[in-house]
Amino acid sequence: MAKHRGRGTVAVNYPIGMNLGGDPSQALVHSNPEGQFTVALSSIDLGQGMKSVTRQIAAETLGVPVGHVYVDTADSDTGAQCMGSFASRGTHRVGNAVIAAAKEARAVMLAAAARELEVNPTDLETDGLGNIHVKGAPQRSVTTKDAANAAQFKYGESVSGSGIFLIPMSDVDVETGEMNTVSCFAHCAMIVDLTVDDKTGEISDVQINSAYEIGRALNPKLMEQQLVGGAWMGLSHAAYETTEPAYPSRDHRPFDFSSYVMPGPGDLAQHDIAILERPAPDGPFGGKGPGEMCANPVLPAVANAVFDAVGVEIDTLPITPERILRALKEQRGA
Amino acid sequence: MSLDFRKDLFADERDDNLNVVGKPIRRQDILGHVTGTSPFFDDNKFDNLLHLKCVRSPHHHARIVSIDTAKAEAMPGVVRLLRGRDVPVNLNTLLSLLDFGLDDEPVLAETKVSYWGEPIVAVIATSEQAALDAVAAVEVRYEELPAVFDVEEALKPGAPTVNETYPGNHFVFYENTDHQRLRFGDTEARFARAAHIVEGRYQLTPIEQAPMEPNGAIAAPETNDRFACYTPTQGLFFSVGTCAKVLDVDLNRLHFIGGTVGGGFGGKVDSVCEPLAILGAMLTRQPVRYVLNRAEEMQVSAPRSAELWEIKDGIAEDGRILAREFKGWFDAGAYTRLTSYGVVKCTGHLPGPYTIPAVKSDIWCVFTNRTPATAMRGFGVLGVDFAIERQMDKGARAAGLGPMEYRLINAYRDGDMKATRRVASNTALVECIQVAAEKAGYPLAPEYKAMTSMTGASLTQIPETVTDSGRRPAGYTAIEKTEVSPGLGEAAQVQPTPAAPVARARTGGASSLPERPSYAPQPAPPQAAPPPAPEPPEPAPAKPRYSRYSSSIRRR
Amino acid sequence: MTTPVHFTHNGRPVSLFTEAGESLLSLLRLKLGDQTPKYGCGQGGCGACSVRIDGQLRLACLTLAETVDGAEVETVAALSAPNLDPLQEAFMDHFAAQCGYCTPGMIVAARTLLDTNPRPSRDEVIEAISGNLCRCTGYEPIIDAILAVAAQEVSA
Repeated sequence: MAKHRGRGTVAVNYPIGMNLGGDPSQALVHSNPEGQFTVALSSIDLGQGMKSVTRQIAAETLGVPVGHVYVDTADSDTGAQCMGSFASRGTHRVGNAVIAAAKEARAVMLAAAARELEVNPTDLETDGLGNIHVKGAPQRSVTTKDAANAAQFKYGESVSGSGIFLIPMSDVDVETGEMNTVSCFAHCAMIVDLTVDDKTGEISDVQINSAYEIGRALNPKLMEQQLVGGAWMGLSHAAYETTEPAYPSRDHRPFDFSSYVMPGPGDLAQHDIAILERPAPDGPFGGKGPGEMCANPVLPAVANAVFDAVGVEIDTLPITPERILRALKEQRGA
Repeated sequence: MSLDFRKDLFADERDDNLNVVGKPIRRQDILGHVTGTSPFFDDNKFDNLLHLKCVRSPHHHARIVSIDTAKAEAMPGVVRLLRGRDVPVNLNTLLSLLDFGLDDEPVLAETKVSYWGEPIVAVIATSEQAALDAVAAVEVRYEELPAVFDVEEALKPGAPTVNETYPGNHFVFYENTDHQRLRFGDTEARFARAAHIVEGRYQLTPIEQAPMEPNGAIAAPETNDRFACYTPTQGLFFSVGTCAKVLDVDLNRLHFIGGTVGGGFGGKVDSVCEPLAILGAMLTRQPVRYVLNRAEEMQVSAPRSAELWEIKDGIAEDGRILAREFKGWFDAGAYTRLTSYGVVKCTGHLPGPYTIPAVKSDIWCVFTNRTPATAMRGFGVLGVDFAIERQMDKGARAAGLGPMEYRLINAYRDGDMKATRRVASNTALVECIQVAAEKAGYPLAPEYKAMTSMTGASLTQIPETVTDSGRRPAGYTAIEKTEVSPGLGEAAQVQPTPAAPVARARTGGASSLPERPSYAPQPAPPQAAPPPAPEPPEPAPAKPRYSRYSSSIRRR
Repeated sequence: MTTPVHFTHNGRPVSLFTEAGESLLSLLRLKLGDQTPKYGCGQGGCGACSVRIDGQLRLACLTLAETVDGAEVETVAALSAPNLDPLQEAFMDHFAAQCGYCTPGMIVAARTLLDTNPRPSRDEVIEAISGNLCRCTGYEPIIDAILAVAAQEVSA
């Protein structure tokens, strides 16, 4: 009876957005009289950071400080249609809609600034700090606040915009499965090292080394949140979770958190992450969506590492101590 | 925990000179979160709030013989009971909004129950406890029916019919097919030439999304005969559309408020609580709150589907995968929800991020007498990725290669033809493997370190393909290879940021693909050859098909 | 049967009636309008409803409302006023919340730890929050945030 160290490797990719397209998202952007913008969405922030990432996308596109943008989500009276927050679609689909809307609003703001400065709008640029100035002549400048105010109160222009992003829905060939799937994919490779105790069947000392390619980290801390939390869920799926532990029999189903088990704060893996950014040609600033694919690689990586450690193939999830012990027993008996 | 950015990779494809994007700015919602003031749906306050609880099936499969609510209705605090007959359109399938699939699930069961916990009667009372007491007093008599829980058993002739809409216990895909196919190249010919054959069988398990905030909804009458619904849904208009359909009202009579949700992970897409809460508010003219308790969330609210997989790989002497075949069974539980879509999404994902010149797949969406399954993080992909990556590990051993080397040899690259007959672009698997190896101290030989996603496409043409169903209706023409979005079907094409290709399709984005025959309600074309067992059903729903978004999405 | 209860809610004396079997969580949320403790399971399994009763960490969903008569009850709202608790600042800085549903309970648990053990080890932090489930973060940033506050409070 001993503890055995094992290493498992995986590589995966993940489609961004509803697989066949046909999932539009829309955004409405408008400025108050002082050049502060509201982004109205019907999209959902369920913790992944929808409000925060679209806020940064809007601020970047408008050319204003992030504090001048507030994102309002999820009122069906004020937000235009969005398919929803699933299928890793939020950043990509909603982000693109926000860019389209923000560009329209920015054009109105720059047109007003151009009239104020008596130049052509194409000669203007924003500094991201709340100023619009003539390219190459920063002293000839007007604040975004004054430009937005002038647009509304002097020129009668609405500093607003609307945007939609849609990949039209693909058909599926019934014979061959030919289809237009999504336009971009995120990628991950992962190496998991862990210890298997062949007496108890327990897995411990899990160390994860991962490399995720996610287009662009629009906010690196939000990205980290997804990757760390997602890998935790992946480990939980791999070794702990099931609503039907005797599947396909329905016996022993859990009804509470003491029988539906997940790793607690004392059961965490050491996770060291590298982020690669190959921008998606049609992603907002190249961004893809990391929210789902971060969980997927951990499941097979753990199973592969268990094989490497003790030589048993666990092809049924979750990889519980019981499954490992039964497989070891069979291995010894064979 | 550590995190580093490999800014050296793909640097020429990126403009890192941005003001706001790429910066670790605090979350907009974080102050609300740490002070406990973020507005989750259940944090809205109402006067005269009523509480709704459901009578649920104690059986996995049973005919409802009788329902006696007299005792419950007379109990203190009980305001009103809801039965199936109170639901204006008491049969729905979620993806009818996309015109995909047939209505197969009642909001409240009327004649039979097909899973443990299926709702039958909703009780609305002045307190949660009063509602629970009345639920216990509703008398339902059942005639138990044989139940089936195993996907392979469910497909056998003579298996109990789980879902009357689909008598064969499987979803009916495009053009009346009993499962979803993928055919690319000639797997049999390549298996015959393979040096190694590796086969595996993999069983996934149902998994609960387990958001810390349970599913629920509060609905309240608004002025001018509208109804507000406070909801944790993951798709606001998806939920509006579902409720408008089953309640038979115009969308604009519903005002949905949500957007701040205590975790979802796919478990809040199904709109299970919103319709009953709104119906309750409509009939009582008072605010109605319907929140699942944790046991309901775990065993009644839909989990991740269990999947069963069989994979066969044929591998050449040099470690290249020549052919890969999949057979998959998604356990949908008693009703379709989103599992059918998961099967199609999964098919589009095959054979994983590898270039393989012959791929064949057959996937069934199977109905069994368990909790209906739905979306969850990694939907349609997580299960098969487990199977594929286990299979890759076994293949590497068979080929005598290291697991990273084996994956690098087979990784898809820009320019490779994928099994969906589209050309790969913007790939980065090779670089991910190289970086992960470097981080973990996995030694890669120089030729593996020199590999890149940019070059080395090994398959650029669609191989000659063997098809086998013989069930293609007359007049059928294959899909044209239409570019539906930039980047599809092209080699990597890098555009400067911000991204340009935002389609403004105000008119509804009609696809340029050719019109195809609608599937299902019509009988199968007469020239269709007999299908493989089991016999696909010929469902004949009486009602016209319902599709909220059919103006923009073609019928299937 | 209704029973009168008198207690202090976040420093403010309150008197009201409670029904037999009513939980403190229900009373706080529905009768006192303090929505900061959350309903996660009602089974004592998740910690989303964590509050302090006379300085002790308690689960409001398992506490009968009538038993807090004469007690001091504090929710995360008590920590937020007049200034934010350093833990709240640290949770913001460390991105220690995603959906935010477990966060109020988590912060109450962490504050209770730091009040009794100002320089906890990592293991002590883990133990202190082990009754509070989080489905989003993987706990790592939460542990970091709490340890950062401990280091800062001790050095101050």
